[in-house]
Amino acid sequence: MSQAVVAKLKQEYPAAVVDVVEHRGETTVTVQKEDIVAVCAYLKNEAGYNFLCDLCGVDYLGVEPRFMVVYNLYNIATKERLRLKAAVAEQSCCIDTVTGVWSTANWHERECWDMFGIRFNNHPDLRRILMPEDWVGYPLRKDYPLQGPDRQPYQGRLS
Amino acid sequence: MPEMLSLSNDPILFLAVMFAKILTVFIVVILIVAYATYAERKIIGHMQSRLGPTMTGPLGLLQPIADGLKLFFKEDIIPSQASKVAFVLAPMMILVPAFITVAVIPFGGDIVVGGYTVPLQIADLNVGILYIIAMAGLGVYGIVLAGWSSNNKYSLIGGVRAAAQVISYELAAGLSIVAVFMLAETLSLRGIVEAQSGSILNWYVFSQPLAFCLFFITSIAEINRTPFDLPEAETELVSGFCTEYSSMKYALFFMAEYANMVVIAALISTLFLGGPAGPFPGVINILLKVFGFMFIFIWMRATFPRVRYDQLMFMGWKVFLPLALLNIVITGVVIIL
Amino acid sequence: MAIKETMTINMGPQHPSTHGVLQLILELDGETVVKAVPHVGFLHRGVEKLTEYRSYHKALPLTDRLDYLAPMSNNLGYVLAVEKLLGITDAIPQRAKVIRVMMAEVTRIKSHLVWLATHALDIGAMTVFLYCFREREMIMDLYEKLSGARMTSNYFRVGGLSLDLPAGYEHDVKAFIDAMPGHLDTYEGLLSGNAIWKRRTIGVGHISAADAIDIGLTGPALRCSGVDWDLRRDNPYSGYEEYDFKVITREGGDTYDRYTARLDEMRESCKIIQQCLDRLEDGPILADVPWVCLPPKKDVLTSIEALIHQFKIVTEGFKPEPGEIYQGIEAPKGELGYYMISDGSANPYRMKIRPPSFVNLQALPQMIEGALLADVIATIGTLDIVLGEIDR
Repeated sequence: MSQAVVAKLKQEYPAAVVDVVEHRGETTVTVQKEDIVAVCAYLKNEAGYNFLCDLCGVDYLGVEPRFMVVYNLYNIATKERLRLKAAVAEQSCCIDTVTGVWSTANWHERECWDMFGIRFNNHPDLRRILMPEDWVGYPLRKDYPLQGPDRQPYQGRLS
Repeated sequence: MPEMLSLSNDPILFLAVMFAKILTVFIVVILIVAYATYAERKIIGHMQSRLGPTMTGPLGLLQPIADGLKLFFKEDIIPSQASKVAFVLAPMMILVPAFITVAVIPFGGDIVVGGYTVPLQIADLNVGILYIIAMAGLGVYGIVLAGWSSNNKYSLIGGVRAAAQVISYELAAGLSIVAVFMLAETLSLRGIVEAQSGSILNWYVFSQPLAFCLFFITSIAEINRTPFDLPEAETELVSGFCTEYSSMKYALFFMAEYANMVVIAALISTLFLGGPAGPFPGVINILLKVFGFMFIFIWMRATFPRVRYDQLMFMGWKVFLPLALLNIVITGVVIIL
Repeated sequence: MAIKETMTINMGPQHPSTHGVLQLILELDGETVVKAVPHVGFLHRGVEKLTEYRSYHKALPLTDRLDYLAPMSNNLGYVLAVEKLLGITDAIPQRAKVIRVMMAEVTRIKSHLVWLATHALDIGAMTVFLYCFREREMIMDLYEKLSGARMTSNYFRVGGLSLDLPAGYEHDVKAFIDAMPGHLDTYEGLLSGNAIWKRRTIGVGHISAADAIDIGLTGPALRCSGVDWDLRRDNPYSGYEEYDFKVITREGGDTYDRYTARLDEMRESCKIIQQCLDRLEDGPILADVPWVCLPPKKDVLTSIEALIHQFKIVTEGFKPEPGEIYQGIEAPKGELGYYMISDGSANPYRMKIRPPSFVNLQALPQMIEGALLADVIATIGTLDIVLGEIDR
């Protein structure tokens, strides 16, 4: 089912779709970050993916582009899942917000900003959500120390 | 029947007897208030399938004394931005009207002391009910003052809520018992008790069921008990108007609440259940009735959720007040016919 | 020209009825809420970052502490996610699947009991709180007999379960589900018909179906707005497709509907647990995947392959193929999602937890704007949030 959706998506936005991967029965579509809002709006309105389950960021330190923003979508009517990914480079660490498409993205994007430092353009209220308001640094980045700033690392074995 | 003892026939005995009566009543009410806290915790505990206080003394009976001592020794905190005079005055302003209302409640018939008749009532005002309603109205000053002087938004909301609530329900409560005076043709509590004496069927609860229900509910609202305990709604306002109070002043607020409960229970028993003129001889009557009503108040606290503020106002003005007026009209019509 | 003066009140992180450390900045006009802004993050412990430094087996106890009122649900989501990542979902033995469903439903009842207790306490009915916690003690006993801990059970394992059921456990579970409907009737008797309760909850905290889907609401809150979606039925996991249960929906979308719906969900859970008990058969409890699941102790002491596997799993951990998956389960509070990325090493490269309470709390401001202060409390209660999950 989701193959059909992906095929249609490729037809509508051939330049936007970069990659399609199928793994363990799930489809992941990587798109260009400039077209993310258009693709999301298309998927919501035309393809019926009206529920945004999750929006998060991933830090691939050492790979260019460094960050990836991942959107996990769900179609309530057909009960199907789809994953969208958009690569975000470290230098221009920003991407358009999809709060206009699904309001639920609001807090998820705030968390992504808080944890990774990925700025969301036109977000209604982009500020830190889990860390204190005046925190410096983006904790979930791979180069951020586990024990936090200004502390000695844990001396025992973690794993 | 020997003469009534008064200031003119034997002033020294009169003053002695008066002093004894005041002391007895005061001590009894304080004891009831203290043990009402214990009873509440025990009864609500058992209703909630737990035990309540058990460690302090046998069966936890010394718990009120332990609580009193604890509160006495706690640090007395006055917030720096609070208006000090009002802050300290507020608990007293709640407690005093609660206690002085007891002055007109009759506890029994007449006894003979030293050749004179002495009524078992501190003061038999011929406008007893009016006095009680007036004192109840004074109680709200304390709450509002507490809320305002604490310099805390939550206390302010609690105080304002309390003011609006008590004023609304006082009107309904007062009007609901007008029918009782119409039947007894007197405002004095002693007269009302006498009008109900004779047999149990004379009790006004049978001839005025609507007034009884109305007065019961509206007086619970006046004393800020569940389901009308919005001013101190713990889960919403973190203790409401008494948030900033500690130590003895906090204790005084809660003594005032239980004292109010005692007074209202006594009042309902006097107005509707015949007061001391009951099935058993002597003072035991009024005590039984008061304890019975206090048990019902405690039971209601364990069972009911809290009413919302606007629903409270709605009920007070649009339901109870018209019903009370209707009751007066019906009673008047029945009396004339 | 009317000057509207609003008072800003802080329902601070410490408050008797915010169900944890939630801060709500409310702007009040009298008693009406004009604006509400929730602030979270007081319980942030960095669980997602911690899992990146632990192997898959060792990251499991961290998930217990997310929604600490429904620990086995979090465990279930995690092990299902890792199993999906490994591709061994079909190899899980039947007995393990049945026990997983049984404990997931027991956990659902546990979570809903706490919800009812705190919701009723906030609205003023103190007695229901104590009754619910009395029943919860029975569930805590079940947890303790099974996993050793009352709350943070850490019972499931990747590939099955850690321990088999102790002797006589089915008896205890049966006793529990036989007693439960009677208790539910007690709660209903105390609350459902009570005029005060109905006035406090009917029409309060209303949200429409379209708004709910848009804001990301899941779980009972969404189903009570008329959206018929339950992951147990629609995207079944751990054998849920074999069970016969109703998905409880309501049309009204207000607090009273959510209250009755969750009570009915508890009854449905009792039915599912009964079906689990009927379905329980003897068999292995761990999948036969030697490089993932720890071998039984007697094999470790006698066979060299088992010893090697044990050694490798404990010291190094297993290494799934690189890839990413998303596993969502129907936790008591909504859709609990685990998005996991593996880069071929023994630790998860990224584990994102999609907490239902986090997203449900987003709906709070629009549900309480225009309501009274007392309704704020009722609405927070009905959304059933737990801060451990929101803040991770």
